[in-house]
Amino acid sequence: MSSEPTSTVRLSVNGVDRTVDVPDRQLLSDALRHTLGLTGTHVGCEHGVCGACTVQLDGRPVRSCLMFAASAEGHEITTVEGLGNGPDDPGPVQQAFIDCHGLQCGFCTPGFVTTIDAYVRENPDPSEEEAREAISGNLCRCTGYQNIVRSVCRAAELVPEREEDA
Amino acid sequence: MTTRMFGQSITRREDPRLVTGAGAYLDDLAPGVLAAAFVRSPHAHARIRDIDVAGTLDVPGVVAVWTHEDLPGAAAERLPMLLPHPSISSPHTGFALARDHVNHVGEPVAMVVAENRYIAEDACGRIEVDYELLPPVVGLPAAREAARAVHDETPDNVAAHHVQTVGDAAAAIDSAPHVLDLELEIERSACIPMEGKGVIARWNSEDRTMVVHSSTQTSTGLRAALAAKLGLALTDIEVITPDVGGAFGVKINHPWPEEVAVACAARALSTTVKWTEDRREHFISSAHERGQLQRVRVGFDDSGRIRGLDVQFWHDNGAYLPYGVICPLNTSTHVLGPYLVPDYRVEFWSMYTNTVIVTPYRGAGRPQGVYIMERTMDAIAERLGMDRTEVRMNNFVREFPHPLGVIMQDGAEGVLDSGDYVASMDKLRALVGWEDFVEFREQARAEGRRVGIGVACYVESTGAGPYEGGHIEVETSGRVNVFTGLTTQGQAHATVFAQIVADELGVPIDQVHVTTGDTRKMAYSVGTWGSRGAVMSGNAVHLAARKVKEKALAIAGDNLEVDPGDLEIVDGTVRVKGDPSASMPLSAVSVLSNPLRYAFDESAKAATQFARPPAPGAPPVTPGRAPGLEDQDFFSPVRSTFASGMHAAIVETDPDTADIRILRYCVVHDCGPMINPLVVEGQVHGGVAQGVGGALYERMAYDDMGQLLNASFMDFLMPFASEVPHIETDHLETPSPLNPLGIKGAGEAGTIPGTAVIAAAIEDAEGIPIRRMPISPSELWQLRRETADAPAPAAR
Repeated sequence: MSSEPTSTVRLSVNGVDRTVDVPDRQLLSDALRHTLGLTGTHVGCEHGVCGACTVQLDGRPVRSCLMFAASAEGHEITTVEGLGNGPDDPGPVQQAFIDCHGLQCGFCTPGFVTTIDAYVRENPDPSEEEAREAISGNLCRCTGYQNIVRSVCRAAELVPEREEDA
Repeated sequence: MTTRMFGQSITRREDPRLVTGAGAYLDDLAPGVLAAAFVRSPHAHARIRDIDVAGTLDVPGVVAVWTHEDLPGAAAERLPMLLPHPSISSPHTGFALARDHVNHVGEPVAMVVAENRYIAEDACGRIEVDYELLPPVVGLPAAREAARAVHDETPDNVAAHHVQTVGDAAAAIDSAPHVLDLELEIERSACIPMEGKGVIARWNSEDRTMVVHSSTQTSTGLRAALAAKLGLALTDIEVITPDVGGAFGVKINHPWPEEVAVACAARALSTTVKWTEDRREHFISSAHERGQLQRVRVGFDDSGRIRGLDVQFWHDNGAYLPYGVICPLNTSTHVLGPYLVPDYRVEFWSMYTNTVIVTPYRGAGRPQGVYIMERTMDAIAERLGMDRTEVRMNNFVREFPHPLGVIMQDGAEGVLDSGDYVASMDKLRALVGWEDFVEFREQARAEGRRVGIGVACYVESTGAGPYEGGHIEVETSGRVNVFTGLTTQGQAHATVFAQIVADELGVPIDQVHVTTGDTRKMAYSVGTWGSRGAVMSGNAVHLAARKVKEKALAIAGDNLEVDPGDLEIVDGTVRVKGDPSASMPLSAVSVLSNPLRYAFDESAKAATQFARPPAPGAPPVTPGRAPGLEDQDFFSPVRSTFASGMHAAIVETDPDTADIRILRYCVVHDCGPMINPLVVEGQVHGGVAQGVGGALYERMAYDDMGQLLNASFMDFLMPFASEVPHIETDHLETPSPLNPLGIKGAGEAGTIPGTAVIAAAIEDAEGIPIRRMPISPSELWQLRRETADAPAPAAR
């Protein structure tokens, strides 16, 4: 058996307080996926460029492949699973992607969803140009981004609607 | 009346899972199992003198270390040559783990299996490989020069050499009023899906069977290949393709070295082993495409009509040739495009180099062919001072079917089966405002700006055989299960195949559930490649649904005591046409289709022996009719069907910095009747983005020693949203006569003319011939300097 140094980390994930023992060198992305079983967060490059692994750290989008899990001590993490209630009840940004055909293979989508959720909360009425700018830090190889831009604008409509309903 | 689902832009049935993080991609499966990592060659060309693995033994958590000598039986032999072709004179493939030579940076040399990937990689770092370095062959000029060889047995580096002729091109060119010669170049790029490759092999020691999950484009192909490599009966191995994070061609090659090595390890260790490719591995050990040097000689008349065309090209196939000559063959057969070329000769050489192997990338050789012809068309127009669309119009094929006289990748002669190229060009000119561009250019010029417009036309052979199948079963709940063997990497198969089946079977689409790429459910399949998914499996599930429907009508006819011909199925209910009161739900037909002894639930009672005794003297199962409301069928076309399209782009080039910006990008696309226009549009968008990437940003930067210098997303410039322009589209729907649904493939079309159209637009903006793609601002700037002293061509 391996005998790596580990740390006990307390953090909040999707609103639930968790305590996990992780190897000190384990990336947050790997801890979410392999230790906590939240496989919605995807790993596309492991060097912080593609954005597939984006999660919200205290509400702000961060690359979970560029952070150690141990560094998340005391923070609130929101993953794609936390931005909806599963396939039967997708969240507003998730629904926007469905409405606009904003995904094909879906591998990059969780990173876009977490990024856009944070964006539209601060920018409730983006123009198409602003929407394009907002997603220009994430890579997608399938869609040519056309329908992701539309998804941003649609999400900006749906997020406040859902919050009013709530 | 139920709305026909075919043609509806419905949202995708797979999306609720994928957008909520509930997808199941390869690395999401089998948590906690052993992980494999690979030691890869750091050298492009070397002999392996020794591999010392001793250092790994004291790494806690390491379970096993494998080198070539640990591979059993056929697994130690060379990987298969998947696509034999008469042109291949020198077929070389690699090993699952290198035996005595390495031929490209990234080639797998040793494998470590450990408790987790971190530890496996630690151990890889402790393995010492003693290499004797050999000089590498990098790039086509070096391969052609053949001062050095990649493989000793092939001193000229030629893997394959192929010639096809139609008529007498040389004579036709010699007698033509005008002749032009062009030298062209197109560089390497690659698919680069967001998810790399991956495999999980699970050995069940109790019954000595294996289940493999792989992010492959062909689960049946991988199953057969692994059975052969592991010496397993086919029935003892199954391959399942889970959700796949994009492929674009790179996942069609099989078996990958890692798939063989991981499967061997799983069996030897009697456990489950997983390997997930990381990004650097994907760059240096998967596959690339596109790299060619091309030479064109064309003869034409005063109206720009081509009399004869002679093309030679050299194709860089990298270190090995597992996928044969499919890419150069596609190039050579797609040069002709939508044009009438009476006399044609094409000759290619597929060349070994000490670089990553070359297998299909979206378009699979077709973009290079289109680049050849469209650069040629523009050169003809330039020579004659004619409008570039007019030259193309003068050359269009106008009568169908139009035999090409060349043999395609499926072994059959290419025939343009349908299309309307004149109408497509009219639509494109209207969409982009071709006539108005002169004015736009003048305005821009007055503002000190430089703009250009380009156009590129293509045809694409799609829906190649040999076949695909569909198996459909209706459960007693009324749930309809559709199984087809090819795999899915984002093409919305779960939606579009359900649309087809819902229509033919007469059931609500919500009842239809599609499964792809699972050999347990459909063992006969070829795979997902070459824009064939919708054509092949779409028609197969359509035919299967027809058979299930006929069976349902026969059973319902027996029970309602009416002629099946008087019955129809609407919204999941079988009813007498014109008399909806005489009806039974399809779920009840399913119950009755399977005569029962045991009633497993309330509805099943209706099928038991005392509830439904057979007619006197007749067996419970009607002769010729198998139990169960299910059936299957296969679709096998006589030849590929040709989709077509045309792109136009307007670019702006900065007079000072040579920065290149796409102002507009217009697409006219004809893939026949669209099953789901939303999905087709998406395919076009994604294809265009890859075309733009390939034209302006992406290349594989190898140095002279065969090191790939840009093997990361920091350095390989895949387009972000900021680099992909808004895409304007228009469609024609010219049906194909070659399949029941009349459809043509749509997967690759968006990419195919990308390099050609961007080159044309830049050439138009600059007045400098563009012969080498992709092109960066610094290269354009350099081109300007080189041509500054030469007499400037007249501005258009």
